[in-house]
Amino acid sequence: MESVQHYIQEGILYKPVVPNIHDWPIAQLFKKKQHFLEEVIRETMNGLHAQTKIDHTSVSDLIAKTMFMERIRMTEDPWKVDPKDEGKYWSDIKKDMVRIQQLEHDPEAFTQRSDQMLESIVSRYVNEIASTFRPASYHFAKRFLPFFFSTLLNASAGKTVKSVINHSVGLQEKVHLLGETEAMRKLATKGTIVLVPTHFSNVDSILVGWSLHALGLPAFIYGAGLNLYNSAILAYFMKRLGAYKVDRRKKNPIYRQTLNTYSTISILEGVHSLFFPGGTRSRSGMIEKKLKLGLLGTAIEAQKRNFLAPPRGVSEKIFVVPMVMSYHFVLEAASLINQHLTFTGQEQYYINNDEFASYRKFLKFIWTTFSASSEIALSFGKPMDLFGNFVDENGNSFDNHGRRVDIKSYFMTRGEVKEDWQRDAEYTRMLGDKIVERYHVENRVFSSHIVAFVAYQMLKKRNPELDLYGILRIPPEERTLDMGEYRKTIERVLERLRNMADQGKVHLATHLVNDVQTIIEHGVQNLGIYHAQRPLSFQDSQTLVSENINLLYYYHNRLEGYGLSSVI
Amino acid sequence: MGFQASSNETVGVIGSGSFGTALANLLAENRRVLLYARRPEVAEKFQKDRTYRGRSIHAKVSMTNSLSELAKECELIFPVVPSENFREMLAGLGPFLKPSHKLIHGIKGLDVQLPKGEDLRTVEKLNRSQVKTMSEVIMEETVVLRVGCAAGPNLASEIEEGQPAATVVASHFDEVIREGQGALRSSRFRVHGNHDLFGIELAGVLKNIMAIAAGILHGLNYGDNTRALLVTRGLAEMVHIGKALGADPKAFLGLAGIGDLVATSSSPRSRNFTVGFRLAKGETLDQILESMEEVAEGIKTVCVVKALAANYKFSAPITQTLYKTLFEDMDLQHGMRLLMEFPFREDVEFI
Repeated sequence: MESVQHYIQEGILYKPVVPNIHDWPIAQLFKKKQHFLEEVIRETMNGLHAQTKIDHTSVSDLIAKTMFMERIRMTEDPWKVDPKDEGKYWSDIKKDMVRIQQLEHDPEAFTQRSDQMLESIVSRYVNEIASTFRPASYHFAKRFLPFFFSTLLNASAGKTVKSVINHSVGLQEKVHLLGETEAMRKLATKGTIVLVPTHFSNVDSILVGWSLHALGLPAFIYGAGLNLYNSAILAYFMKRLGAYKVDRRKKNPIYRQTLNTYSTISILEGVHSLFFPGGTRSRSGMIEKKLKLGLLGTAIEAQKRNFLAPPRGVSEKIFVVPMVMSYHFVLEAASLINQHLTFTGQEQYYINNDEFASYRKFLKFIWTTFSASSEIALSFGKPMDLFGNFVDENGNSFDNHGRRVDIKSYFMTRGEVKEDWQRDAEYTRMLGDKIVERYHVENRVFSSHIVAFVAYQMLKKRNPELDLYGILRIPPEERTLDMGEYRKTIERVLERLRNMADQGKVHLATHLVNDVQTIIEHGVQNLGIYHAQRPLSFQDSQTLVSENINLLYYYHNRLEGYGLSSVI
Repeated sequence: MGFQASSNETVGVIGSGSFGTALANLLAENRRVLLYARRPEVAEKFQKDRTYRGRSIHAKVSMTNSLSELAKECELIFPVVPSENFREMLAGLGPFLKPSHKLIHGIKGLDVQLPKGEDLRTVEKLNRSQVKTMSEVIMEETVVLRVGCAAGPNLASEIEEGQPAATVVASHFDEVIREGQGALRSSRFRVHGNHDLFGIELAGVLKNIMAIAAGILHGLNYGDNTRALLVTRGLAEMVHIGKALGADPKAFLGLAGIGDLVATSSSPRSRNFTVGFRLAKGETLDQILESMEEVAEGIKTVCVVKALAANYKFSAPITQTLYKTLFEDMDLQHGMRLLMEFPFREDVEFI
């Protein structure tokens, strides 16, 4: 029992799957960090050479293109975290490019020189991306973070001084770990896990990190957006906990290949990985519909290589676990939805100076999130292989009819595993579609999602002549809803959702077993609770009103894609 | 280029109807072929006599009645069975398939999962989750992801006569297109590749509707002007339906769309055309269907598209009128008049 007590103190709910931190795949990888980075450089070079053959270009074309894109990025989109020497670096590259043009008559020397330049660029990128994993930092973080969280939670839960000190409210009481947690633990020793969560808020990565720790799983390697490194406290931990840097501004082919190779080789080494395949936080509040396929492709690539050469991890198999986070409240909702409405359709990864820039702001952010949220659900979805077949706890794949599937065969033609870049790109696209499909199934519906969805849809139905922007401009006095009609509509939506849940098409939070009135009150009370202007509130016992329709629309979007508008 | 070193392998064909045997004979020019017949007596008869009901098979075609043998021997398989029997066939084949198999179907029909108690003639509305293309059914029912479709102006009897022709092999996978081309192409048969699997499947399926309509016009003794009108407006309608279901119009402008449409809308050798022709000559639909040896996919497609149109609220005047003449006793002449009076907006509005 003593050990259990010990785990609880460290914020672990389960016994660690691999007790000794030095045995974790991630620790093993970074024990031979230099070797690992050299392999990434070598493999990136190989990949780029292969790519130039497919595209009928040359290494010097590749460098020229990259140089061009980098110079544009530096002038148009400079960030504080950018290295000071990068201007000089790229102007030196430019000079070298001019110089080697004179070697045109000597193709061999030309190739050699351009390869050297390529290697210099790749090494630069590898060192920029690379992280490290220090068991000591992890030990510190795991002691520090739960303490930090529970202090926040207890303080925010308005408990007595005594309970704050005793930490009687643990993170696990506010954050529910649901779904296939047992399977995750079993699979962690049967192969390599790629966890792919939805992304709504900046607290997601912290929560996922904590949840993996609480489940007793080894640390996962994780690609963190460069913008997060603007916060000193996050940067300190992330750099030492295996989070590597992803700079989404750099869309040049050399950077992409380097980043992908870094991920591929980590997975090949059996290191569990975490991607947010949506790329950035969902601006609209909708569950991701289109995923960034780059990093997903690295899982397919690693899976194929595990069949071409003996696997280096515990087994050749790679598992995908979709994960969905449900909140009543997203702190950044207002800025996210405003960006969405302003830039609908445009890609944007810009730095949020105002969100995480200082330690104080970071703490305030976390504090506000936890103090306001009555409940957060992290649902671990059904584990699959990379082809969308579900796997059992032993890692065996089964098709729709319950037949065992030998996944090596997906890469085979005429009895042999074959390299086929185009085929794997298709598999990646299919995997992306499958993950999106699973997100909708694994999604856990909260009362607040339903009250927002119905309120917005009723306003929309009442104003059939208005488009989205028209609805968002409905004057305050017309934003009221009569409770009688509202309750009836909620009932219909609930009935539909319960049917869908029975058919395994979606999940419902346990608080949705209550009667309609309780659900409405619970939902309205919790919906976007912290916002200065409430998305939905009671004007009186018979009338609901929306103070901020943008926010109402944002929270409403969570239930888009289920065909629920037909019962409004 | 097309005649690859791998020509010693065996490819499979499922379905020994007229298109199945024509395809098998075409493949036999490049590969050894294993042809599956559902009924053991048909397989035996073909194997022994090399001919059955006027259809002969090439020397390099062997027969089988075992789906497990077919799956074991062949990595590349061409299913050519009526869409009606497709799921059932896959249920039998599925247990023997591995993800390394490649399936290229040549079926110009849709799969429908009807609500309980409904049949095709009574169902009012259908949505996309109830209507699947053949490649979607393959991915649902089996582990095979490398799927493709062969479609184009490929009247079985002309292929059997050795006349020059062409087809499209569509797949998301270059590998499947390559394999299909390698197995199918010859000095008299061209094979074009296309990545738009959904568009090509739909083009092949939808043209059957127009083939029935063309048969009716022919049976009513209308001439070439009228047929040209139908082909042109028919293509526009196919594109319109395709777009409503999310397809890219481009696929409809190639061999699988306009190509196949031109071929079947003037050929008594087409089954769908024949159905229309006999209707115009005064037979009832039930009489025609009863006496036909093989399935005319177009009849089912008319019902499906009509129900999809009702659900997604798009107009498909030719299909909808055809439905009325087929199932609601609308007089053919009256249907024709309705179509002539239909207010089309522009000549070419669909691209």
